[in-house]
Amino acid sequence: MSEEPKKPEPQKSASAPADKSATPPAAKPAVVPAAKKEEPKKFPFNLIPKISLMSWKDFRLKTQVGKSVFRHGYSDDDKDRAMTVLTNVFFHLHPVRVRKSGSRFGFTWCAGGLSFFVFLTLVVSGILLMFYYRPTVEYAYNDIVAMREHVPFGIMRELHRWGAHAMIITVWLHMFRVFMTGSYKPPREFNWVIGVILLVLTMLLSFTGYLLPWDQLAMWAITVGSNMARATPFLGHEGPGAALLKLGDIPLIHSGDDVRFALLGGRFVGAATLLRFYILHCVAIPTVVVLLMAVHFWRIRKDGGISAPL
Amino acid sequence: MDAIKEAINSFCSPVAIFTTAIFMFALFMAFPKQMTNKWVAGAIGLGVVGFFIFGMQDAHFKDIVGKADNLPIVGMIFIFGYFTWFAMKKAVENDERIAAGQPTWEKTESEEKVLVFPYLIYIEFVIALLYAAALVYWAILVQAPLEDPANPTLSPNPSKAPWYFLGLQEMLVYFDPWLAGVLFPTVIIVGLCAIPYIDNDPKTSGYYCFKQRRWAITAFMFGFWILWLVLIMVGTFLRGPNWNFFGPFEVWTAHKVVPLINVNLSEFFYIKWLGIALPQNWFIRELPGFAALFIYFILIPKALERTVFKKLYERIGAARYHILIALTFMMIALPLKMYFRWAFNLKYIIAIPEFFFNI
Repeated sequence: MSEEPKKPEPQKSASAPADKSATPPAAKPAVVPAAKKEEPKKFPFNLIPKISLMSWKDFRLKTQVGKSVFRHGYSDDDKDRAMTVLTNVFFHLHPVRVRKSGSRFGFTWCAGGLSFFVFLTLVVSGILLMFYYRPTVEYAYNDIVAMREHVPFGIMRELHRWGAHAMIITVWLHMFRVFMTGSYKPPREFNWVIGVILLVLTMLLSFTGYLLPWDQLAMWAITVGSNMARATPFLGHEGPGAALLKLGDIPLIHSGDDVRFALLGGRFVGAATLLRFYILHCVAIPTVVVLLMAVHFWRIRKDGGISAPL
Repeated sequence: MDAIKEAINSFCSPVAIFTTAIFMFALFMAFPKQMTNKWVAGAIGLGVVGFFIFGMQDAHFKDIVGKADNLPIVGMIFIFGYFTWFAMKKAVENDERIAAGQPTWEKTESEEKVLVFPYLIYIEFVIALLYAAALVYWAILVQAPLEDPANPTLSPNPSKAPWYFLGLQEMLVYFDPWLAGVLFPTVIIVGLCAIPYIDNDPKTSGYYCFKQRRWAITAFMFGFWILWLVLIMVGTFLRGPNWNFFGPFEVWTAHKVVPLINVNLSEFFYIKWLGIALPQNWFIRELPGFAALFIYFILIPKALERTVFKKLYERIGAARYHILIALTFMMIALPLKMYFRWAFNLKYIIAIPEFFFNI
């Protein structure tokens, strides 16, 4: 993210002047013969410029690059530690100070943070997968096979799939922890509600992604899962009450216009479903999730940080 | 070996597993101190690990449990088992401190503040690193599943939803799709959202405890463990072709014959008890079912409101009380109907196939 921190600064490293500057202090006692002997041996290596690395501190405090990246000093005190958090857009999700009880792994299990972290890994691996994958019935399965066969060190799909499962487990774990510590109570009620919505969206993300490999497992899992939508009261063509919605003899809700049709883009899982789920999976739901996560994190701060006894 | 497997197979049935789970759960809630004791909890944990090691010797068990997409569920069992123990252990410790008049562990540290950098960021960094390393190793070791290309004309038997929805698919055995697939998920989401508006006493927030929040924790854990995780496990590991139940060491065969002799409440009422034919009119036919639901969802809560829950009703008010009771009774209705199915082969309490309205 930031610039390459240790820049090999091309100091005055051409060998000849460096040698000159080294000789005067050594001119005192009987070191002279030794220096003379070394000179011819050194000769071939003199062609290689000496590289002296700048200290991290000097880079931070003396170079324009270092000063521009970090907006705080380099002293070993609490003010500077506070500035580290305050002047970094990623760290400043956190407050400067937290209650000691709330910083414990034993209290939070880091479950919420890990859910966010695994979401980031899913975004990265997902973008890499999008380079190789085309959401059409002709190509989808073959692209997955190609990814497995031809991409060197191709564990991106594995990372993405296992990460998706892991995210569901961590999100459930986070909910479990928040419940067990009673952290959903006022003033944090609304943040809990946002969390519940995020939990549902996590499962929908995983559900829409499940179809994309376009293998038997994917297709039939989505078929079974979406069959339930047929039975939505009033809105599914096999749902209770749907038969009541009709104009004369013409039913308003039938298999060609109920919620399952809207979800799948057809009467069964097919090409339209693949495209629909692809866009939901890669664009629509992640956008909503990112938005809600921003609200979720912001509300943690506004509602008084990680909960603690009154 | 085979005798043990045979015994386990014949013991296992939905009702046996569900009852065992409820029994263990009740033990855990009634005696949290004894159950979180390291010897007791350790014995249970070792028992589960031992069972898995024993099971993995069996080719069929290994086939099902070792299936790539089922591995996360095995991991999940251990993760949630461990963290449930961990949370209850901390809760019990705090309960003892409260009883002794001491502040809770969290209280002793909550006045003190630490700098986020480096103290918290260091913890986060290490945990994220371990998590990432574990994920990468897992990704290298276990290949993501990929079956034959999608074929709309060839449906696998059993066809299963993604594992996190298998609890709902398992519910399809006992309820119609509009309940299991639409109403229950909606009620679960709404119910979760309603939790902080019903249980809204901020005095018990911010620390692990059990005694002060006994009923809240019991209800939540029941829903989470029994009605969600256990059903997922049953749906994943023990439901084979045609969604028939199979023991853990039983070979999944599509030819297993399971008698289906489920009977509606109306048939019980009119044919078995009154000895007359079913009435033609659907409303009269389903009157017993309507009455049963009316008693369960209206009369009993009203009676409880005047007697057992009088104090609760006065404390939280009418609106909260009714929402709480509606959600709780809905939750209890699930296992109730399951037990009615197992005990009496009850199919539907109300069956109006004319409108796809079956409960």
